[in-house]
Amino acid sequence: MQIAVLIKQVPDSDDVRMDEVTGTMIREGAGAMINPLDLHALQEALTIRSSQGGEVVALSMGPPQAEAALREALALGADAVVFLSDPRFAASDTWATARTLAAACERTGPYDLILAGEKATDGETGQVGPEVAVMLGVPFSTYVSRVEFDGCGSVEVSRTVEDGIERQKLPLPCLLTVLRDINEPAMPTLSGKKAARRAALTVQGMDSLGLSPDEAGLAGSPTRVRRIFRPSLARNPRIFKAGDIEEGIVALFDELESRGLIDEQGPS
Amino acid sequence: MRNPSASGDILVLGEVRSGRLHRVTLELTSKARSLADVLGGEVSTLLMYDRIDRDPRTIVHYGADRVTCVRDERLRLFDQEVQSTILSFVIGSTGPGIVLAPATTSGRTIMPAVAAMVGTGLTADCTGLEIEAGTGLLLQTRPAIGGNIMATITTPDDLPQMATVRPRTFAVPEPDPDRVGRVEELTLPDRCFESRVEPLGHEGSSGDDVNIQDRDVIISGGKGMKREESFRLLRELAELLDGGVGASRAAVDNKWIAYSHQVGLSGKVVAPKVYFAVGISGSVQHLAGMQTSGLVVAINKDPEAPIFRVADIGLCGDLFDIVPRLIEGLRERKGVSG
Ligand SMILES: Cc1cc2nc3c(=O)[nH]c(=O)nc-3n(C[C@H](O)[C@H](O)[C@H](O)COP(=O)(O)OP(=O)(O)OC[C@H]3O[C@@H](n4cnc5c(N)ncnc54)[C@H](O)[C@@H]3O)c2cc1C
Ligand SMILES: Cc1cc2nc3c(=O)[nH]c(=O)nc-3n(C[C@H](O)[C@H](O)[C@H](O)COP(=O)(O)OP(=O)(O)OC[C@H]3O[C@@H](n4cnc5c(N)ncnc54)[C@H](O)[C@@H]3O)c2cc1C
Repeated sequence: MQIAVLIKQVPDSDDVRMDEVTGTMIREGAGAMINPLDLHALQEALTIRSSQGGEVVALSMGPPQAEAALREALALGADAVVFLSDPRFAASDTWATARTLAAACERTGPYDLILAGEKATDGETGQVGPEVAVMLGVPFSTYVSRVEFDGCGSVEVSRTVEDGIERQKLPLPCLLTVLRDINEPAMPTLSGKKAARRAALTVQGMDSLGLSPDEAGLAGSPTRVRRIFRPSLARNPRIFKAGDIEEGIVALFDELESRGLIDEQGPS
Repeated sequence: MRNPSASGDILVLGEVRSGRLHRVTLELTSKARSLADVLGGEVSTLLMYDRIDRDPRTIVHYGADRVTCVRDERLRLFDQEVQSTILSFVIGSTGPGIVLAPATTSGRTIMPAVAAMVGTGLTADCTGLEIEAGTGLLLQTRPAIGGNIMATITTPDDLPQMATVRPRTFAVPEPDPDRVGRVEELTLPDRCFESRVEPLGHEGSSGDDVNIQDRDVIISGGKGMKREESFRLLRELAELLDGGVGASRAAVDNKWIAYSHQVGLSGKVVAPKVYFAVGISGSVQHLAGMQTSGLVVAINKDPEAPIFRVADIGLCGDLFDIVPRLIEGLRERKGVSG
């Protein structure tokens, strides 16, 4: 079983500073980590490898420092990594990101299973997984909280949705995006850490992937970020303490009443 | 789909889940109406279902010019491949300038697949939509990075311009029973129902587990609740306000309540009319899941707790004293004997 895991490096805090003049984000200085859900995707791949055999390959697109995320994936037990980094990949939207990842899966595959996180903590779109699947022409499922193999070339998954759990069966190859409750990620092993330090990472760029400039990066992105700004929370806190609590409760009830949330219903 | 000869028509993907028309369908239809009025276009709402609890015609009263119904046995269980194929088919045959869908698990699954199929951009989880004067482009505003940033995004050169929209972002207006529009059943070729995905079943969550995202009022408890039993207080309060119970991750990690109740970055994003944070400090990750709520009420004994900075009403004191007083006071106001 060849398993690909898509891994994104994200800032380790969502404390974003802004350049109020240019309206852009200042992110240098912030630490980075593997997107938390991607650790669950990787863990699932490792678990599947131990029952089904095969290889786990972690792929990531990002700036040079994203190399650290792939070394961490190696330390956690990935057999190989594919690093996609090219200045021309900068400012990719989800479509261009998916195009690049799909091209890399085609070049380094074929894979029987591709795992991704349901969403990344920074962009938070959850779009990259399904887009990669369609671009590769494989079926996919999302919000997966459980995966089981039937041994006959297909997987059964449970999806956690608003009103319960949906079960689906998909043939391999397919792509799944996973949720946090799918597993508990393990810690890196000592031998893994050593291997990770020694590993030589090769970098693939737009040319080695055979992508044309209008398929990737900013030029290949159908969306444009027009403006970035701080949300106006526009709240005017009224805080009631110790002796004023009763007054606060009355103020609260008035607010609830004005929203039609306290309806009189006679003694029951 | 390059080269927009931009149509002012808007297609709304409605949502019918287990036979129930989701109210986000009405929210999006009426929002689409106001956008289409600026562009001089028509609003079509697409529904895919095997059964439905409301007459699709009512959607006309909320602003649709056309309601397109795909009614088929094969739509009983959710199948992302079938729904994506059908939505792409309808986009291909009607050529809308804009496509809006709910940012529910279904919408967030179908829309990226469709964007990749038709080759256009998609903006996720919008909380603001506007037509730009002059260009006629859709300005799509969304929170990102845990709600710390808002971004306005456009899809300038590709069609359609696609967005998913958070439920409860836009209000449902009073219906206008005199509005006229067409309701049509669309019969599709069998190939639209071909799928590699095989839906096996759906198990609904039980009893008190009405999805908290569908609630007008949410009472959330955090680490300050101290133990599982004290969540009974929150349930009592929630019942009086016809609300649901939510939680911080700390409470979920302590196994006081199930993960399906977690609000925040790694849980659910909610925007009820009223949100109570009880014994919750207000970490950025928690705020990411609730800061667009209507009225925010914080109950915390620490006057420095960050939650007070994003609250409308803060009750600073011991929750084990305050919550019972709220319950008692509400019973009195409602005239229920306790
Ligand atoms: C404020 C802001 C708002 C944005 N809004 C949009 C928008 O609405 N629409 C849009 O198209 N783009 C948007 N973008 C761009 C988008 O964030 C980037 O394209 C990003 O690279 C991927 O999107 P995401 O972070 O949402 O990933 P998601 O789609 O949430 O990620 C899901 C999974 O895909 C995989 N994955 C994602 N990125 C990578 C990667 N680089 N390498 C390997 N695996 C990966 C991971 O497994 C991850 O868990 C926005 C960017 C910013 C800064
Ligand atoms: C990647 C990541 C994702 C995360 N996702 C989420 C998420 O989705 N949702 C989430 O909630 N958190 C999330 N967290 C965790 C988050 O950082 C906080 O740890 C968590 O929200 C704290 O929960 P809390 O406010 O209940 O607990 P605490 O921070 O411990 O706060 C407890 C509060 O209760 C108050 N209190 C105590 N006793 C009383 C009393 N008797 N009366 C009144 N007040 C009292 C205290 O003053 C305190 O303010 C995430 C963290 C990370 C790193």
